[in-house]
Amino acid sequence: MTTKVIDKPHTSTRIMMVQRGIAKGFPIMLGYLPIALAYGVLAKQAGMTLTELTLMSVLVYAGAAQFMGAGMIAIGTGAIEIIVATFVLNFRHFVMSLSFMNRIKAYKLRWKVPLSLGLTDESFSVASIHTKEAQQENGAYFYAAMMITAYTSWVSGSFLGGVLGDIIPEALSQSMGVALYAMFIGLLIPSVKKELKLVLIPIIAMLTNYLFSQFLDQGWAIVAGTLIGGLVGIVLIKEEDESS
Amino acid sequence: MIVVIIIGMALVTMIPRFIPAYIVDRVNFPEWVNKWLAAIPYAALGALIFPGIMSVIPDKPYVGVLAGIIAIVLAVFNIHIILVVIGAILAVFLLTI
Repeated sequence: MTTKVIDKPHTSTRIMMVQRGIAKGFPIMLGYLPIALAYGVLAKQAGMTLTELTLMSVLVYAGAAQFMGAGMIAIGTGAIEIIVATFVLNFRHFVMSLSFMNRIKAYKLRWKVPLSLGLTDESFSVASIHTKEAQQENGAYFYAAMMITAYTSWVSGSFLGGVLGDIIPEALSQSMGVALYAMFIGLLIPSVKKELKLVLIPIIAMLTNYLFSQFLDQGWAIVAGTLIGGLVGIVLIKEEDESS
Repeated sequence: MIVVIIIGMALVTMIPRFIPAYIVDRVNFPEWVNKWLAAIPYAALGALIFPGIMSVIPDKPYVGVLAGIIAIVLAVFNIHIILVVIGAILAVFLLTI
């Protein structure tokens, strides 16, 4: 990994990319911390040890699935059922990863694989609205830094939740439940503002998700909404131009 | 036993995440698929926001919706995303006290 001969401009774009990545990871951190704390508390109450609940954050790193998993462990659900439910709930990441990986197709596999493992709803959303970094020199450092910022806050927040227990007053913690939704809105609006007709894509996705969630698992409904909403994009999105 | 569950959950989460890295390495998609994949972020954001936002306060779906509208308004006026998030949190806080 260490290169002896590093030319100056090269290093400085790396540092700049890392700094920008951390800055863009900050809103995710703000959204993750209260939720990770809440997860830590819940997992502890579900009978998981501090090591187990932290290990789950380290290895699974998927908020909704971890809440579900801890809840199912608490009521003594079987392992197979929990694992299948996790697969269904998290399958949306396959679609998101395919989208992001296609954008950074030119990267080497040794970058793509770790970056794919850092994908969550939130890091995918932030990565997706910062498309120009994919083309820039050392852009991988931007994505990696953003993802590590998010990951660190998730893991440390879970651990803290397990150690400290309920430290955030309930009125505040339930208010903070809206944080990630607000972040999704805050990411979506500026990107559709540039091209208003694109707003049709998320609207179709919302309606599809809502419709399918009446009779499908939440996980499959989100996958269906994402795929069908995305189909609308085939007619709305212009040819991918290299410059943007 | 819990560790087995965690490892199982990790595997079924990680595998769908990294398989696309190998797919795009090997397959060249036709243009319409590229466009589809480029539209996925907009669609995913939509599907992640709604109807999930209605469950912020499970028995009061309107709270999440109102906070969402406030977030939209703030975002339309180019307010920094951190303030959009804080504004929505405040909205829920004030609507539930």
